[in-house]
Amino acid sequence: MTLLLRGGRVVDPSQRLDAVRDILLRDGVVAEIAERIDLGDASGERGGGDRGGRRGGRGGAGRGVGAGDPGVRVLDLEGKVVAPGFLDIHVHLREPGHEHKETVETGTRAAAAGGFTAVACMANTHPVNDTAAVTEHILSQARRHGYARVYPVGAVSKGLQGEELAEIGQLHAAGVVAISDDGRPVASSELLRRALSYARHFALPLVQHAQDLDLSGEGVMHEGVFSARLGMPAIPGAAEDAMVARDLLLVELTGGRYHLQHTSTARSLELIRDAKRRGLDATCEVTPHHLLLTDQEVLRSGLSTDTKMNPPLRSARDRDALVEALADGTVDAIATDHAPHHVDEKRVPFAIAPFGIVGLETAVGLCLDRLVRPGTIDLARLVDLLSCGPARVMALPGGTLVPGSPADVTVLDLEQEWTIDPLQFQSKSRNTPFAGWKGRGAPVLTIVGGRVVEVPAPSR
Amino acid sequence: MKRTVWNRRHLLGVADLEIAEIEMILDAADSFLEVARRPIKKVPTLRGRTILGLFFEPSTRTSSSFEIAAKRMSADWVNFSTGSSSLKKGESLLDTAKNLEAMAPDMIVVRHAHAGVPDMLAREVTCGVINAGDGAREHPTQALLDAFTIRREKGRLQGLEIAIIGDVEHSRVARSNVLLLTKMGARVTLAGPRSMMPLEAEALGAEVAYSVEEAVRDKDVIMMLRIQLERQSRRIFPSVKEYFEFFALTRERMKTAKDDVIILHPGPMNRGVEIASDVADGPYSLILGQVANGVAVRMAVLYLLDGARGEGA
Repeated sequence: MTLLLRGGRVVDPSQRLDAVRDILLRDGVVAEIAERIDLGDASGERGGGDRGGRRGGRGGAGRGVGAGDPGVRVLDLEGKVVAPGFLDIHVHLREPGHEHKETVETGTRAAAAGGFTAVACMANTHPVNDTAAVTEHILSQARRHGYARVYPVGAVSKGLQGEELAEIGQLHAAGVVAISDDGRPVASSELLRRALSYARHFALPLVQHAQDLDLSGEGVMHEGVFSARLGMPAIPGAAEDAMVARDLLLVELTGGRYHLQHTSTARSLELIRDAKRRGLDATCEVTPHHLLLTDQEVLRSGLSTDTKMNPPLRSARDRDALVEALADGTVDAIATDHAPHHVDEKRVPFAIAPFGIVGLETAVGLCLDRLVRPGTIDLARLVDLLSCGPARVMALPGGTLVPGSPADVTVLDLEQEWTIDPLQFQSKSRNTPFAGWKGRGAPVLTIVGGRVVEVPAPSR
Repeated sequence: MKRTVWNRRHLLGVADLEIAEIEMILDAADSFLEVARRPIKKVPTLRGRTILGLFFEPSTRTSSSFEIAAKRMSADWVNFSTGSSSLKKGESLLDTAKNLEAMAPDMIVVRHAHAGVPDMLAREVTCGVINAGDGAREHPTQALLDAFTIRREKGRLQGLEIAIIGDVEHSRVARSNVLLLTKMGARVTLAGPRSMMPLEAEALGAEVAYSVEEAVRDKDVIMMLRIQLERQSRRIFPSVKEYFEFFALTRERMKTAKDDVIILHPGPMNRGVEIASDVADGPYSLILGQVANGVAVRMAVLYLLDGARGEGA
């Protein structure tokens, strides 16, 4: 299968490219990228004639595909943006164990529909992904039912209990790309130190949900003006800051690789910025919801449980700092923390609802409309944050369209208008605070391994 | 222009209420106060109405006060005991609400440990919903009865200086009172141990003081909050003895308040913890008056909400 992407605006920060290019995808990799790539058969949407030869491209920059290509499909992408496939390195696919919320199949369908060619899925399944057998199961489900690439993240500790190290070497051998107890911070300083050291053997980043559980306590929202008004048990920003500070001291001690998930406070960004300046191997991600919403949304929504996530929506000051850190390069990736929950689980009082919202199908459109359109960041930076950056964080294949790299491509239409309708989600779950939001700019094609992903109509 | 039409079906919080609505409730309560002084303490206003008390948190005085208010107006009061209910069997709150709704009550009075539950109920049922306390968020009828008590004593709310002292962070009484009293033009000062004060207490719309002496200076009204003794184990104060020593309202500490200051407490009181007995029983104390006024205020609320039936507001 050969696919020729014709005439799109290729935005690939990995090669500092933002120009109209043709791209040829063949045998699952990017075969060629040039101003003009001509098919041997001039007539040919489906080329592959026997005439061979080449026609001079405009300006002489292009080359023909050549004879003998068995069926080249040409996609005219004039006016569209062609980017290296987007990777969401923070997703909960819920399989095994919580298939009523999501499965590998529905989660990757949501990913493909949302413009993501790959996801990294967290280990807080049931059973926990703390053994090679679970990793292999997830990968096998992905091979059989996946609509996007799946990179499992293994547990740091057995059962996410924070006591004994999981079999990190065997997890690595089975295919995990990082280790994380996500959902449960690694609280023990000793365990974190050992994990950071040990994971170096396998070059795995330790991915941390940083939160001092003593400080967060029973909290369910950000501690600030709105928790004061609602009388709601709250999580101070310091719960994140304190743990990030400790973690970075241990990164310094061990020389380990560290990735901070869903950074939510101004102060923890400063800590990461400082760590990078001092040469530590530390990276961080932010979520679209922390970039676009503040704790005011809890009150404004009438205590909607779709505004409850962990870390919580923070103050406007924190939100502004996150947006600024996107632009100045402190942030390495935008990741969704896609956390599906069944409607019955969310239709309970705010204080006892589970934390989390879905994000795969809303992230790209929201970022295009609310971050790129107003000029907060440019399109190349957004592609970097959704593609090159996350690939770097977990050393994943992709994040670039340099010839030889995986033929994973996300195509955007910057003019397409959208309205978020949770009933149209591919995900099994509908828990989003963005229902009804409107905007312009959306993913329109997702190409994985050189094939256009066809997503079935949403099941109701 | 004074508003004279009530069209609200639910009382979910003081935050929603307009000044005119608050005045309507207080004015109606004035007239219901008289019912308690009759030999036959009953009016037929709500005859044939069923009012359901749904108390997910233990409550003696608030639920009794509502029950008496309902019965004095000839409504049928049914207590849905949550201790032995299907909720213990895992039924969801919304399923319980739907089941109760199927019994066709005219109003539900609900108290719950979690903020927002009355609003959830109001979205799911067609009858009126009254918030009798949700988490640490609101307790609107308590604030209304406090305001009613103050207004009867002082003749006004506008311009009064009021201190609210104690565990502000965990107090729905404090939150509803700040909202209501400031709406009505009073100035409120919050005080208490710093470990019991919300991080952004000023956001409530009040001034904040950190000593009782400072808080009560030149005040017309002092409202003490109940200290929940079980919180000591949760590290927010060291001991009852120490609390009394530094933060209780004593005669000595009241000296800087106005001469005609009045003392309120939502009850139940911890004598010798947040309030000294001689203050609680002293001449400035209106604590028992609050309880009597509570019935009249709740009668007024039931009456007004019932009148809005079918108007779809």
